[in-house]
Amino acid sequence: MAALTREETEALIQEVLEVYPEKAKKDRTKHLAVNDHEANAKKCITSNRKSLPGVMTIRGCAYAGSKGVVWGPIKDMIHISHGPVGCGQYSRAGRRNYYVGVTGINAFGEMNFTSDFQERDIVFGGDKKLAKLIDEIEELFPLNKGISVQSECPIGLIGDDIEAVSKKATAKFGKTVVPVRCEGFRGVSQSLGHHIANDAIRDWVIGNRDAKEFASTPYDVAIIGDYNIGGDAWSSRILLEEMGLRVVAQWSGDGTLAEMENTPKVKLNLLHCYRSMNYISRHMEEKYGIPWVEYNFFGPTKVEESLRKIATYFDDTIKEGAERVIAKYKAMMDAVIAKYRPRLEGKKVMLYVGGLRPRHVIGAYEDLGMEVVGTGYEFAHNDDYERTVKEMGNATLLYDDVTGFEFEEFVKKVKPDLVGSGIKEKFIFQKMGIPFRQMHSWDYSGPYHGYDGFAIFARDMDMTLNNPCWKTQTPPWKKNDDAAPLAAAA
Amino acid sequence: MANIMIRRGDNGALSFYLPKKDLEDDIVSLEFDTPERWGGELVLKDGSRWYFDPLETQPRLPITVKAKRMGGEDD
Ligand code: SF4
Repeated sequence: MAALTREETEALIQEVLEVYPEKAKKDRTKHLAVNDHEANAKKCITSNRKSLPGVMTIRGCAYAGSKGVVWGPIKDMIHISHGPVGCGQYSRAGRRNYYVGVTGINAFGEMNFTSDFQERDIVFGGDKKLAKLIDEIEELFPLNKGISVQSECPIGLIGDDIEAVSKKATAKFGKTVVPVRCEGFRGVSQSLGHHIANDAIRDWVIGNRDAKEFASTPYDVAIIGDYNIGGDAWSSRILLEEMGLRVVAQWSGDGTLAEMENTPKVKLNLLHCYRSMNYISRHMEEKYGIPWVEYNFFGPTKVEESLRKIATYFDDTIKEGAERVIAKYKAMMDAVIAKYRPRLEGKKVMLYVGGLRPRHVIGAYEDLGMEVVGTGYEFAHNDDYERTVKEMGNATLLYDDVTGFEFEEFVKKVKPDLVGSGIKEKFIFQKMGIPFRQMHSWDYSGPYHGYDGFAIFARDMDMTLNNPCWKTQTPPWKKNDDAAPLAAAA
Repeated sequence: MANIMIRRGDNGALSFYLPKKDLEDDIVSLEFDTPERWGGELVLKDGSRWYFDPLETQPRLPITVKAKRMGGEDD
């Protein structure tokens, strides 16, 4: 189907909004927009607002943003889901943050630690239980390097003093124990959880080694905001190392407490997920004078651009290094594109994800000759849309905190060849017979970052989009109509 | 009064950041921007205006200052 014109897209938005009651319609209108390169993002789309009661939203909570995203992947620390058991257990190991280490011995990423609150703890307070839990952790898992206390909703409601417990535990064991006030009810989405988590790192971790010696080099950098989904940070890291940089820290995928503590010693912070970690980067810029630069490692065009951009912060050895890396992978990238582009050329994609992906993966699709015709964020802020407007084609669809209903209707009308979104959307679209990739955890694939990642990305998109199953799949209710004579004959 | 952070953006222009609301925007004008006096009223790209007491020197950026929102619509 040909791309929609501006008028058609506007009409589509109006049509979808039609079913809402007056008040809901007024609210949702502000979150849906037709991309316009000339317009100010703030004027054209509203974001980071409370979701509308009664609609299906895909957002998470502040606890999810802190425990699930920022802190969880720090593998040598134990992250206590403080409160009832469910919040931690149902989200356990869902993000596929790969790491090296022996789980349960010196790495704890896939485990769930919780204080398992009961009624008694709500009534009498859970501080004693928390202290006991920390004692037990020290006894059972002595190789942990530190502990973080991730508050779930009730902690804030009953007014427990987790700060005091943490301070006592720090004194007792001589380890970093970080209280994080990321109760789920704070803010409108997981986004505030990222911010709270960043602030906790600022207050309890970042300055820990300020007085310590560090053997630094002029080429020290840190990867900030890469969660190593399916190994993403690894396929990024090798490129940086090949160009001559020394990666001192990975935040937070496959990361450690020591790496975080050493980050203030680097020369440049490389920021991949701006939304979840710009806070700490800003802090380090102000306190330690470390500049930060946003980069994008999805697809060869963007990787190339980013490697060059990063190199401008360093001397000629690194600049040459960047060129060398780009040249080295050129043939491999050309081969990937030669193989997959003819199979994917001209196909249309609609995305709805979080963090950086709704804009960062656009380049990778374009490298394959595909076009992103609609995109949106679960929990973006205005600055994310500012950055997105430039990446998207004119007159394409933008949707913020899209509701289940809106997304389905948009897809029905725009008829993309591929939808990339989360697990909650996956089966609906697959049942509608639309090729779908789960773009939060790469559908159990990955990595997608860097040159190696692009080869996998291209293969996965082809595998999904050109899979013959979509053509043979008719929903049962439709089958009944068409196939009735056949069935009768049988 | 709120803490705001001012830094130099990628494009060389000053940029404004309000942590409490996670609001980022370009600064289109700053009242005093000389070596002896730096600060005063600033105007953002979206038109809103803020004020902070001018400093006596050009600070190292980024810098966090206490600023007040002037007029305009409040949300
Ligand atoms: S909103 Fe509260 S109860 Fe729900 S998952 Fe988040 S922290 Fe747990």
